Amino acid sequence: MIPVLDLVDITKVYGDGDSIVRALDGVSLTVNTGDYLAIMGASGSGKSTLMNIIGALDVATAGQYHLDGIDINTLDEDALSIVRNRKIGFIFQSFNLIPRTTALANVELPLSYRGVKRGERRERAKEALAAVGLSDRMHHRPNELSGGQQQRVAVARALVAQPSLLLADEPTGNLDSRATADVLKLLDEMHDQGRTIVMITHETEVAQHADRVIVLMDGRISEDRLNR
Amino acid sequence: MNLLESFRSGLQAILANRLRSGLTMLGIMIGVAAVIVLVAFGQGASNAVTGSIEGLGTNLITVFPGAAGGSQSDASLAVKDLTVDDAVALNDQVLSPDISAAAPTKRARVTCTFGALSHSTAMVGSWPAYFEISNSAVSEGGYFTNADEVDGRRVAVIGKTVADDLFTDTDPIGKEMICDGVPFTVLGVLVEKGASGFGDQDDTIIAPLTTVRNHLTGNGSLDTIAVQASSSQTQAQAQVQLSSVLDDRHGVDVETRDYQIFNQASLLATVNQAVGIFTALLGAVAGISLLVGGIGITNIMLVSVTERTREIGIRKAIGASRRVILLQFLIESTVLSLIGAFFGLVLAFLVTRVEVAGIQPTIVPASVLGAFAISVGIGLFFGSYPANRAASLRPIEALRHE
Repeated sequence: MIPVLDLVDITKVYGDGDSIVRALDGVSLTVNTGDYLAIMGASGSGKSTLMNIIGALDVATAGQYHLDGIDINTLDEDALSIVRNRKIGFIFQSFNLIPRTTALANVELPLSYRGVKRGERRERAKEALAAVGLSDRMHHRPNELSGGQQQRVAVARALVAQPSLLLADEPTGNLDSRATADVLKLLDEMHDQGRTIVMITHETEVAQHADRVIVLMDGRISEDRLNR
Repeated sequence: MNLLESFRSGLQAILANRLRSGLTMLGIMIGVAAVIVLVAFGQGASNAVTGSIEGLGTNLITVFPGAAGGSQSDASLAVKDLTVDDAVALNDQVLSPDISAAAPTKRARVTCTFGALSHSTAMVGSWPAYFEISNSAVSEGGYFTNADEVDGRRVAVIGKTVADDLFTDTDPIGKEMICDGVPFTVLGVLVEKGASGFGDQDDTIIAPLTTVRNHLTGNGSLDTIAVQASSSQTQAQAQVQLSSVLDDRHGVDVETRDYQIFNQASLLATVNQAVGIFTALLGAVAGISLLVGGIGITNIMLVSVTERTREIGIRKAIGASRRVILLQFLIESTVLSLIGAFFGLVLAFLVTRVEVAGIQPTIVPASVLGAFAISVGIGLFFGSYPANRAASLRPIEALRHE
C-alpha cells in the first residue's frame, strides 16, 4: 500500500552565503492511511516549515516527498495548487475563512476550484456543515460566528473535498478550552472514520489525541513515539 | 469556477467596499459620459449645420455678381451685372445638361402690414422654379405661376414666421397685405423649415421677380442666380457647365471672372470636415479623462490586492490556481469599469437631452459601443497589473500577511 505521506531526507535551506539557515535538516517520515500524527516542537524547531512542505505550499531544497504517490518536488506552482485542492484539507490556527463570505460559500470554495457544479457543491457543503454541527449557521459570515464555530467551518471546508490528508496547524491555538475540546472531538471523530490527520501543535494535551507524536528540534526529528 | 460565478464574486467584492468602489467608478463614469456627450454635441452641431445648409435648397449652386478676392481691385475690369438673360441661358439644356433649373433672384427689404399688424422681412423676387430650387414647398394654398411672373401680378407666398406675425389667427390665403405701399395677395404659406445657423429661414416672402422689380427695386443687377444641379452626383459637372456658359456670356475667363460661385456640396463637405476635426478633438480630450479613470482603477485594485493578501493566500492554499486568482481580480476591475460605464451612459443620456446654444446633441451609437468597449479594455488593462501581482503572490507569504 502506498503511504499517504512519504518524506525522505527532506532539507529546507533559507538564505544563502553566510546567512544560511537550515530550517529542516534531513527529515524522513512516513504516514499511512488512517494515521493520526502530531508534530510537536518549540518555536524555531522547523515545524512550520515542515507543515508548509507537507501542505505543498512550499517545496523542499533537497530530499524526496511523495504525497499519495505523487512526487511533489517536481511540480510547478499550478500543479501544486491542484494537489492542495485534491489531496489536502487545511485547518489553520487563525481559521482563515474568507471574510464577508457566508459559511456555506466558504465551505463550497474548494469544490468550486475543483469545478464541481453549483447544485452538487451546495449539497455537499451543506452535508459537511451538518457533519460539524453548524447546519443552523451556514448563512452567517465569519464575523458573526464564535472562534469555535469558525474553526468548525474551517474543518467542514477541509473535509468537503474528501482530501487524502487533513493538515491542521495549531488548530486549537486561538480557542478557549471548551471550543478546543469541541474541535479535538471533531478531529477524533474524523480519525475514527478513517481519515489521515497530521496536526501541528505545541501543547502536549492536544498531542495526546494523536496515535503518534514526533518532536522536532533544530530541524531534525528528535523523538518519534506512539501514544497508548 | 465559471465566468458567471466569477462575475458574481466580483460584484460581491465591489459591494463590500461601496464608497471606495463608487468613487473609483465615478472616474470611469465621468470619462464615459464625457466621451459620449462631447461626441453627441459634435454630431448635433454637424446635424444643425448640415440641416441649415440643406434647407437652403437641394443640390444648390448660387451665383453672385462681383469678382472673387483680390482681382476685384483691378479697376480695368468692368464688372458685368448678372441678368435675367444669364438665368435664361443657364436653363439651356444643350449647353448645360446637368443644370435642371436656374432662377434669378432679387431681394428687397420690406415692411408689410395687414390690418393693425406689421412685419419687416426680406422679399425674394424670383421665378416659380425658385420654389423647387430653394426647397420651399407650400403647406397651404399654392404657388404663383409663370403667367403671374410675366404679367407682374402682385401675388406672394409667405413663410411661416410672416404668416404667424402678420395674420395671427386668420387664414392668410387670399388676403391682401401691403408691403412698402404695394398690395400683395397671399397665395400660399411655406412649410416650416425652422431656425438655423443662418437665421430664421421661415421669415421670408417669395414674389414674382417682375413684380418686385417693377414696384420695389427697379431693374438693377440681380442679387443671385440660384441654380439646381440635376443630382448630387452631377454638382461638379453642373458647376463646370455654369462657368462655361457665364464666362462665354460675360467674355471672361478663370482669371478675370466677374461672378462668384457658391456650391452647397463643397460648403457641406468643408463644414462637415471642420466639425469632424472638432468632434475628434473633443472626444480625445474626453478620452483623457477616461484614461485618468482607468489609472484610478489600477490604484484602487492595488489597494484591494494588498488588503486582501491574506484572503489570496487562503484561496491559494485551498487550491486556487494563478489563473483563477488572476481572473478574479481582472473580472473585479472589469465589472467595476463596466458599472461605471453604465452610469456614465445614463448620465450622458440625461445630459444630451438638454439643448445647448441651439444645438440638440445627438448620441452616436458607435460612441456608446466604443465607450463600453473601451471601458472593458480599461478594466482589463488597468486591472492586469494588480491582478498579476495578486496571482503571483506566494501562498506561504500571503498567509503570513496580517
